[in-house]
Amino acid sequence: MLINIIEAQNIDFYYGDFQALKGISLSIAKNTVTAFIGPSGCGKSTFLRLLNRMNDLIPGIKLTGKCLVEGNDIYDKNVDIDELRKKVGMVFQKPNPFPKTIFENVAYGLRVNGIRDKTAIRERVEESLKDAALWEEVKDKLNRSAYDLSGGQQQRLCIARALAIKPSILLMDEPASALDPISTSKIEELIHSLKRNYTIVIVTHNMQQAARVSDHTGFFMLGELIEFGNTKKMFTNPQNKQTQNYITGRFG
Amino acid sequence: MEKLKHNEMELKMLKEELAEMWRLVLSQLQKCKQAYLTNDAELAREIISREKRINSFDLKIDSDCENYIALFAPVAVDLRLVLSLMKISGALERIGDFAEGIALQIVEDVCQLSVTNLKEDLKIETMFDIVISMLSDSFVALESENTKLSGRILQKDDEVDLLYREGKNILAEYIRNYPEYGRSALETCLILRRLERIGDHCSNAVEEIVFYLDAKILKHSKKQGAAESSQGEP
Repeated sequence: MLINIIEAQNIDFYYGDFQALKGISLSIAKNTVTAFIGPSGCGKSTFLRLLNRMNDLIPGIKLTGKCLVEGNDIYDKNVDIDELRKKVGMVFQKPNPFPKTIFENVAYGLRVNGIRDKTAIRERVEESLKDAALWEEVKDKLNRSAYDLSGGQQQRLCIARALAIKPSILLMDEPASALDPISTSKIEELIHSLKRNYTIVIVTHNMQQAARVSDHTGFFMLGELIEFGNTKKMFTNPQNKQTQNYITGRFG
Repeated sequence: MEKLKHNEMELKMLKEELAEMWRLVLSQLQKCKQAYLTNDAELAREIISREKRINSFDLKIDSDCENYIALFAPVAVDLRLVLSLMKISGALERIGDFAEGIALQIVEDVCQLSVTNLKEDLKIETMFDIVISMLSDSFVALESENTKLSGRILQKDDEVDLLYREGKNILAEYIRNYPEYGRSALETCLILRRLERIGDHCSNAVEEIVFYLDAKILKHSKKQGAAESSQGEP
């Protein structure tokens, strides 16, 4: 049985006076890939970022409604944000490795979480790099700078870094938009294989990518979730005219 | 009027290509009826010579649809349209083949029956009229993007199936009475069979139009009778 790991309940979100999200309600099942699509400024990245409270530092934000992760309201005042972010990892559009070695990039999260056992760290680094489909390419140069890697490899390194602390959810904000088709294909393959152990939520401008990698797709426009459902259905027979116009390129 | 985008222009051209093919097949079928009723071998030869053009249309539409899918990666209604166009083009090509088959029979003059009113009893003219109206009505449904007519068109296929079954019984009786005309009767039965198959392909085309416009799948949901009558046939 599918268990909903994320539940948004009637979320309104404001940047100052600007309402970026209007009454968003949706459920995301465990071990699925969910893609959010929509034109720039539609609120899809805002929604993604509120799932691990990445918007918190922006002044003047306001949120109403509830956002549950594994059944707990993540906007409850007692929530430990560090604990939340251990559970909900994030990968950004531009690969952002730390100015450290490949090994240290992946080990970083483990060290800041207090793990000191070198063997445990080494094992976890290897496991994470394997999960991120990067191990074979870097196993002989773990002590080289992460900046020596190609863009696609750097992005997979960032994914390995996120996986190292064993999150249950991985958020991806346009993870392949800065990559060439071969690297993009590797990231997509990776998303497919990671689904076994993680729940993935991805924001993408590439509709074919959303169609290829996701089980469910949400279409946002002007802060509203216009349609949310099975990806196959969405790309063959969307129920909403606005969705159809957007995905067939007739929008605007 | 709003200017069409590049991909919309391409889709429009694809639809126009299919419309041209459709008009050609319709004209082939109308000529086929006339050639059969008047036993006009000259007209039948014209049908045979024009058959190649239908095949060319089929190949061209297939290739254009393949290119459209490769270049534009269509989704939703656009994807359904391209898939439908490919399948309809295949159905029209088969209808063209059946018309050519009947035309060949007329040229070979193999369908002459000894009983003069048998043609009327077999209601071959009615069968021609029904399949022609099925083909033209489904064309109108696509052109006007209106699936309201689809139910009526599919019903007509049942009428054709019924006439085919009745015709077979009449011919079986005829063969018993006039065994020396057995070959002609068999050839006539083949004409009935071809008309019945044309009806089936018209139905397939309508089902594709409903799939394109309403995203509903009608095929294989028809009653058993129609399925039985076309079992094992291309």
